[in-house]
Amino acid sequence: MSLLQRILAAAGAGLAAIGLVFTFASTEGAPIAVWEFPLAAAYLALAVASAARFRVQFSLWLDAALAALGAVALVGALDTIQQAGAGYWFALASSWMLAWLFAERLSQAIARGQAAELTGVVIPVIFGIAILVAWETITRGANVPRVLLPSPSGIGASLIDNMGKIAADLQQTFVKSVLSGYVMGCGAGFAIAIAVDRSPFLKRGLLPLGNFISALPLIGIAPIMVMWFGFDWPSKAAVVVIMTFFPMLVNTVAGLNAAGRMERDLMRTYASGYWQTLFTLRLPAAAPFVFNALKINSTLALIGAIVAEFFGTPIVGMGFRISSEIGKLNVELVWAEIAVAALAGSVFYWVVALVERAVTFWHPSVRGGRA
Amino acid sequence: MVEAKGLGLTFKTADGDVIALTDVNLDIRKGEFVSFIGPSGCGKTTFLRVIADLEQPTSGSITVNGTSPADARANRSYGYVFQAPALFPWRNIERNVALPLEIMGYGAADRKDRIEKSLALVNLEGFEKKFPWQLSGGMQQRASIARALAFDADLLLMDEPFGALDEIVRDHLNSELLKLWAATQKTIAFVTHSIPEAVYLSTKIVVMSPRPGRVTDVIESTLPAERPLEIRETPEFLAIAHRVREGLRAGHSYDE
Repeated sequence: MSLLQRILAAAGAGLAAIGLVFTFASTEGAPIAVWEFPLAAAYLALAVASAARFRVQFSLWLDAALAALGAVALVGALDTIQQAGAGYWFALASSWMLAWLFAERLSQAIARGQAAELTGVVIPVIFGIAILVAWETITRGANVPRVLLPSPSGIGASLIDNMGKIAADLQQTFVKSVLSGYVMGCGAGFAIAIAVDRSPFLKRGLLPLGNFISALPLIGIAPIMVMWFGFDWPSKAAVVVIMTFFPMLVNTVAGLNAAGRMERDLMRTYASGYWQTLFTLRLPAAAPFVFNALKINSTLALIGAIVAEFFGTPIVGMGFRISSEIGKLNVELVWAEIAVAALAGSVFYWVVALVERAVTFWHPSVRGGRA
Repeated sequence: MVEAKGLGLTFKTADGDVIALTDVNLDIRKGEFVSFIGPSGCGKTTFLRVIADLEQPTSGSITVNGTSPADARANRSYGYVFQAPALFPWRNIERNVALPLEIMGYGAADRKDRIEKSLALVNLEGFEKKFPWQLSGGMQQRASIARALAFDADLLLMDEPFGALDEIVRDHLNSELLKLWAATQKTIAFVTHSIPEAVYLSTKIVVMSPRPGRVTDVIESTLPAERPLEIRETPEFLAIAHRVREGLRAGHSYDE
């Protein structure tokens, strides 16, 4: 065992032992002993017993089972207690230490080749679960006002209850505003970049103009776009176009200069025409730059559309829902919308990144730096 | 094949004019292997680029294949091999060799045939599907030679193609290049800064010197057409190498 593992093991058992001493919870001021919660009591007893690891070795999966038992017992206890006591928090800290210990032991086992590489995906999952468990137990156990921070279970329940609304919002904001604006903005940036590259006159005229447009403040633009294009999604798409246009323009212009001197000379020796050189050499060489812009824009577009919906919208859309539900203090739904927006943005980014890997497989950053 | 008369080229830079070439008179006949040797700045690469219409001369005249360099380029009458392989990393070897054929509009069947032939000439059979970054430097340069051979131009211009390779690989590629030259009967103009390489390969060695870039000596090689690597130890070889060295020294001022 490494020093860190010793510390974690000692902390896991020690915190459980302290937890046994203190009051576990209270209801209407009356303390409740841990014995009234058999699962939690079993967890604490087993966690204390796990100190035996300093004498006999046992499997790292037993640590996982123990930490999971702790999480289940503590979250399960929330239904019957009003206010968690010191014992509860020591038990939570103990199970967190054991989960950490498990992740530590697993990554060491993978490094030594004792566990399959694939089990490594467990580690980030454990981390995510640990965060959610802590969030759930702290918000409910310590009675944090739900307006400040609702519990994950409350958010999840709201997500399921309002599935229809959220789906309609996603359709309105993501499918209609974001995707159409993204395609138009990136397409226009790309096309103008090629025109700019072709003509030095346009380069002098359009690049500063593009720069100017990108410097326009989003919240100033959005209401104007609503005036111009109406309340429905076209005005949001227009905001997205403005936001995504410039990153694409600048990146593509830079990318078109990425092809080397020698490669251009080579195309010249073939008496290759402008468009032939563009399609066979310069655009493929520009692909990493173009994808860079596509990735930046995938998240910018979602932000733009949601913020734009704060300035007038039909009664559907993620931005509309967030601004109206926060007014009703329906924070669970606000958080659910935020979670769905973040998820949609991540999936969007991930899809673009996946296409990038397939298209620019040859680039050193993708193939792992081999020259 | 190439005929230069009183050729001169002056680059205009912010620091004033740089005379890259002055009064170059040179004939390259069909089937010759001509090496250009000299220290850096002597204009050997510039001269090759003038032949290829990548630079424009500022005085004198030059014809390539009986026409102006611009027409020769438009007619695709030469293949150019650069100092680096300059292969496109997103194309595999086969498609890199296909690049000039695609640009020049060859049909698919013809392309396949030509790719096969040119890869065979540089001994790269079996590497068609590999990407450039999966091959060694020597193999990459061979692939770039195959690419220059694919459209079967009579003139091959090579600008220090083996300069970045180690000596063992370079020896090997030199003897392969001689075989290739014998097999294809092409005219080759070859820029190098290695005396043994120039003497070993060439039928004619053009010695150049810098400031201003000019031709100081033209040596017709007396070595036989059949040249094993061991020929580099014969007195005849050493005599030519000595003359090249003398030519380089004569053109070089030591007062700098």
